[in-house]
Amino acid sequence: MRSHEKWVQGILFILATTAVLTVLAITFFIFSEGLPIMVDRGVTGFIGSTRWEPLSGSFGILGMIIGTIQITLGAIALGVPVGLACAVYLAEIADRRLEKILRPGIELLAGIPSVVYGFFGLSVVVPFLREHFPGNGFSILAGSIILAIMILPTVVNISENSIRSVPGDYRSASLALGASHWQTILRVILPAARSGIAASVILGMGRAIGETMAVIMVTGNVTKVAGSIFDPARTLTGNIAIEMGYAAGEHREALFATGVILFLIIMVLNFSTTRFSRKAGDVK
Amino acid sequence: MKPAITIKNLNFYYRQVMALKNISIDIPANRVTALIGPSGCGKSTFLRVLNRMNDLIEGTRIEGKILFNDTNIYKDMDLMKLRKKVGMVFQKPNPFPMSVYNNIAYGPRLHRKISDKELDGIVEKSLKSASLWDEVRDRMESSALGLSGGQQQRLCIARCLAVQPEVLLMDEPTSALDPVSTAKIEELVKDLRDKFAIIIVTHNMQQAGRISDYTAFFLNGEIVEYGATREIFHRPVDKRTEDYITGRFG
Repeated sequence: MRSHEKWVQGILFILATTAVLTVLAITFFIFSEGLPIMVDRGVTGFIGSTRWEPLSGSFGILGMIIGTIQITLGAIALGVPVGLACAVYLAEIADRRLEKILRPGIELLAGIPSVVYGFFGLSVVVPFLREHFPGNGFSILAGSIILAIMILPTVVNISENSIRSVPGDYRSASLALGASHWQTILRVILPAARSGIAASVILGMGRAIGETMAVIMVTGNVTKVAGSIFDPARTLTGNIAIEMGYAAGEHREALFATGVILFLIIMVLNFSTTRFSRKAGDVK
Repeated sequence: MKPAITIKNLNFYYRQVMALKNISIDIPANRVTALIGPSGCGKSTFLRVLNRMNDLIEGTRIEGKILFNDTNIYKDMDLMKLRKKVGMVFQKPNPFPMSVYNNIAYGPRLHRKISDKELDGIVEKSLKSASLWDEVRDRMESSALGLSGGQQQRLCIARCLAVQPEVLLMDEPTSALDPVSTAKIEELVKDLRDKFAIIIVTHNMQQAGRISDYTAFFLNGEIVEYGATREIFHRPVDKRTEDYITGRFG
């Protein structure tokens, strides 16, 4: 090998490892800032407590964990059925002309900045909820609705891909037995695509959990645990973004600790996605 | 005897291309009819006309009449009902990615509500008819994809039998299989002949000779010769048939 090729190889190697190194650096940074206070307060004082009162030194994030779960589950419950229906329609039913209109529409959703979603939520969803439901509109439901829209591209694209990659043989076999198109979709194609669909749901979940700006703008952000979907709630991401600007000392550490929890949740989700996609095709 | 299917003046087009030209034959009931001919001669297309699987391909069109139980299948018959009555076994074994049991139960469940007990009976009977029962009786709940190629193909046959077809279409069902599995399928075809009409597309002359009662020789979208297999193989009328059968082309 000529010497300049070795140079090129070396440079490419460094560039390639940059991404990994960055992740490692971020991980190290978050954990080193956040771990001390987690250790200090222990499980009960930090994860197990719903009292978040930085001024009096209470940093319980259970409320935010619950808030995040509530809002995310709501987003999944609203977004996945719509996204899946859309994926089935695109992959199985829509003709090319309709597909040409629908697909760019969905891709456009992915490109809209999250603050715009938040603004839409603030000026349309929140007032609507305030008018028709109990509460002042800033609520778990508002957050779930906005996030449901935001995770649509993820759910639609990945589900559609997995539906399209179901072998045509299965479709022919089913139709040749006298199944209707709809029976074939429901009983053969969707079950065969289910690992990909599950992966799309998990990735959507990851997106929903990580989303910050749009959520802050519509959920009200109180640290009290919500009793109904019309009550306000605060998410883990929201907690960090709202308070980072003025936090110092232990308070600041507690926000990093919030980041640690967020980090762990996302890690678990990511690992389960790879597990699901590895299992793809291996259906019972 | 009344024919199982009557084809009258059938023309078939892929867009502008005429793939089948003026085909008129009767397919006898309770007999095996082999369709032979070189690649691209239209025999598979013809087979897929009979259960309207070509409808799935954009830009196809047919002219003429195909009568099944005195009904024109392209005009007066419900598509799902037709495909239930005219089953199809494909070239490549294509069991669903489900358990052995659910593969067989799939068809019956489509068409009506059915009790578990009755379903068990149908599954067992279908697998026995496809001579697969003894090999899979202890693995009904394991994935059908774990079976060997030959077993998978017999499973596909059993899956068709479970909806009680009157005609069975087979599109080169043994071309992806080893000789032993092929022999089993051929044996099966002979057994099943009593129950319904079987139409089998094959590239394998010997196979056509071994298992069929009637043979149709296709060339360039036309049927050159159609008659009793014995006659076609021993005393072909048309020179082209003779050339093909004796291996001079194709």
